[in-house]
Amino acid sequence: MELTTVWFSLIAVLWIGYFVLEGFDFGVGMLLPVLSRDDTERRVVINTIGPVWDGNEVWVLVAGGATFAAFPEWYATLFSGFYLPLLLILVALIVRGLAFEYRAKRDEPEWKARWDKAIFFGSLVPAVLWGVAFANIVRGVPIDADKEYVGSTLTLLNPYALLGGLTTLGLFLTHGALFLALKTDGDIRHRARALALVVGVPTAGIAVFFLTWTQLVSGALWSSAAFLAAGLALIGGLYAAWEAREGWAFMGTFAAIGLAVAGLFLALFPDVMPSTIDEAYSLTTTNAAATDYTLTIMTWVAVLFTPIVLLYQGWTYWVFRKRISVHHIPTPVLAQQGS
Amino acid sequence: MDVVDIARWQFGIITVYHFLFVPITIGMSAIIAAFETMWLRTGNEHYLRLTKFFGKLFLINFAIGVVTGIVQEFQFGMNWSDYSRFVGDIFGAPLAIEGLLAFFLESTFLGLWIFGWDKLPRALHAACMWIVHIGTLLSAYFILAANSWMQNPVGYEFNPDTGRAELTDFWAVMFNQVQMVTFPHTVAACYLTGGAFIAGVAFWLMVRDRTPDADRLMYRKAVRIGSAVALVAGLGVAVTGDLQGKVMTEVQPMKMAAAEALYETEAPADFSVFTLGSLDGSEEIFSIKIPNLLSYLAEGNFDAEVQGINQLREEYKQTYGEDPGAKYYSPGDYTPIIPVTYWTFRLMIGLGAVAAAGAALLLWVTRHKHLRPTGRGWVWLAVSMPLLPVAANSFGWIFTEMGRQPWAVFGLMTTATAVSPGVSVGEAWTSVITLTLVYAVLMVVEVGLMLRYIRKGADPFEEPPTPNLGEPSEEPLTFAY
Repeated sequence: MELTTVWFSLIAVLWIGYFVLEGFDFGVGMLLPVLSRDDTERRVVINTIGPVWDGNEVWVLVAGGATFAAFPEWYATLFSGFYLPLLLILVALIVRGLAFEYRAKRDEPEWKARWDKAIFFGSLVPAVLWGVAFANIVRGVPIDADKEYVGSTLTLLNPYALLGGLTTLGLFLTHGALFLALKTDGDIRHRARALALVVGVPTAGIAVFFLTWTQLVSGALWSSAAFLAAGLALIGGLYAAWEAREGWAFMGTFAAIGLAVAGLFLALFPDVMPSTIDEAYSLTTTNAAATDYTLTIMTWVAVLFTPIVLLYQGWTYWVFRKRISVHHIPTPVLAQQGS
Repeated sequence: MDVVDIARWQFGIITVYHFLFVPITIGMSAIIAAFETMWLRTGNEHYLRLTKFFGKLFLINFAIGVVTGIVQEFQFGMNWSDYSRFVGDIFGAPLAIEGLLAFFLESTFLGLWIFGWDKLPRALHAACMWIVHIGTLLSAYFILAANSWMQNPVGYEFNPDTGRAELTDFWAVMFNQVQMVTFPHTVAACYLTGGAFIAGVAFWLMVRDRTPDADRLMYRKAVRIGSAVALVAGLGVAVTGDLQGKVMTEVQPMKMAAAEALYETEAPADFSVFTLGSLDGSEEIFSIKIPNLLSYLAEGNFDAEVQGINQLREEYKQTYGEDPGAKYYSPGDYTPIIPVTYWTFRLMIGLGAVAAAGAALLLWVTRHKHLRPTGRGWVWLAVSMPLLPVAANSFGWIFTEMGRQPWAVFGLMTTATAVSPGVSVGEAWTSVITLTLVYAVLMVVEVGLMLRYIRKGADPFEEPPTPNLGEPSEEPLTFAY
């Protein structure tokens, strides 16, 4: 296999890792105001992802860095072209990350309420915009002969891309609800599972619509297989949720999101960013790639270190495998310390 | 202002801001790991209380360093897309490797450290903080290797077919001679910063009235450990900075001439401690000089010749042709803005030296166990200790980046040609204004929290729960958000 193909696949894997992992913690963030009724329950919700959200977010940093290294032209065109949406995503990720860390640092309800809003919007904005961005990447955007994006921000807000945003929003909400059903106990657990079904069923419809549209416009043989498997995994996951098998249900949305993203990359290949102006201007795995020498070095680094990362990240999930419920939440940090 | 100016301001603002927090993270993670290790070794509860107290301050600081770091990685593509196309084959690899080797390590093991008090064996828990520290060092190594390549491009070839610089020798980039002096210099500065932060905060708590007398001895330990780290690191900063100056004189003589505002070549050259000049720096009004010192700093020899700005300009014009970016930087071709390089260079050295001297003073004043210094002056010293190295770090980066101008990659690509051609002035403004406002609000929040937790002081001793290594228990979590 060509090294460029290897790196296209590795970048796909990084984005898959990002969406299956941070997807649920975006969902958890958006469900914070919906599923919890008081501060202790809100803390239950936040603490399900407390030890892991930051590690999940690193996947996008590595995906960005790997794109820069392996396909510099793709990185340059994409990041300078999708300027304002990326800026919004950045601001959202900034306030969201700080909110997790700072929320519990003071006990005033107004302080917490403000950070709760940051968690909600900081999760909602990227959950929608990543879908919009990926739909545009797959469908193609106006790119000229100099590999420059020549559209505007409005170009990106087309119906197909908005449907993509709605799809990721629905998938992450369902994924997050099932994660909460799996990781909490008591009332929240039941509410989360019920909500997963309420959100999950219409989401399945939207996702099927979006993936079929994608398949018809940009699809290839293999992408259709991935999309089909994604659809089946989602339906299977929802059925498991109905049967109160939370572990299987979560595996279902996990697989559905992973397969759907894999399908998008399969539909994209061998382009990395098609041009809607002229096919000849499209960025491909060949014309956007770094040199073979750089790709060889990067391949060695990836082969040596990715397994180690997967091992210790997996181990963290094992260490924090316990379900959390209201009686696990210690008294507020500050009161406990007598001030 | 055009897109180049706006993008430069954004890069300056968000990078300096990010780097206010980074050195504190790097330096403090090592000292906190050492506190926890000492608790395990000695069983002295003071060390556990210090671990937890400084751990909280560390996390407040770390969070903001992490979230502002995301912008760093995205903005090369957003604002500097032509740069990214030109150097991606070389510059992208260290960034990707930094993510894979360092960011995963830091985030995962910090999560384990924060939430794992009751879930990990104690030695393993302490090891998590050491691993976080190793992660921060790895991160520093790769990002500085990338920056060193911009200062002194090596291990590449320009490919006329693709119109970009392409990597030919990865190890040359990793062991760039600039990197070999920049990494130790920066890391030493980080230890100076972390040590000074801990020493300053602990000293403030030690001398204030509200602190229970029994706790003063505990804070004294932190003052002495922090100060010792800062003092040794301060010497390290000086030695590595000296080496760096010599390497820089070799690879970017203009930067060092601009640091000194040395217009004409001199042999031997004096070092000016303080100079008042005309606004553009071209005329000298008043100055204090140390004879022959610049010759030594640049070449390691008190009589050596040091090249001046005017000669270097002529040389650069011979080598690179007319300066295509002149309009952005200063009226003189290939010249950085002299007052900026001159003053940032002095502020970097001066503030760093004052911080190290402050550390020495703290070691002296805390030499007796039961001596409690009183007086307003000590409060000022305590407050300035954390701030001095932070300011010195910022001036150091402003110096080294502004001193490289007009180049983005020295000798290869000017900053003016590096910017994204497709980004409009409106978009660039939106970005810089949004980020600056968000960052300003976050600074207020961060400093507010920091002060609140510093004032509270260390919590009373509490025996940590015995780690539960078997099946998860029904006990409340020892730590929860």
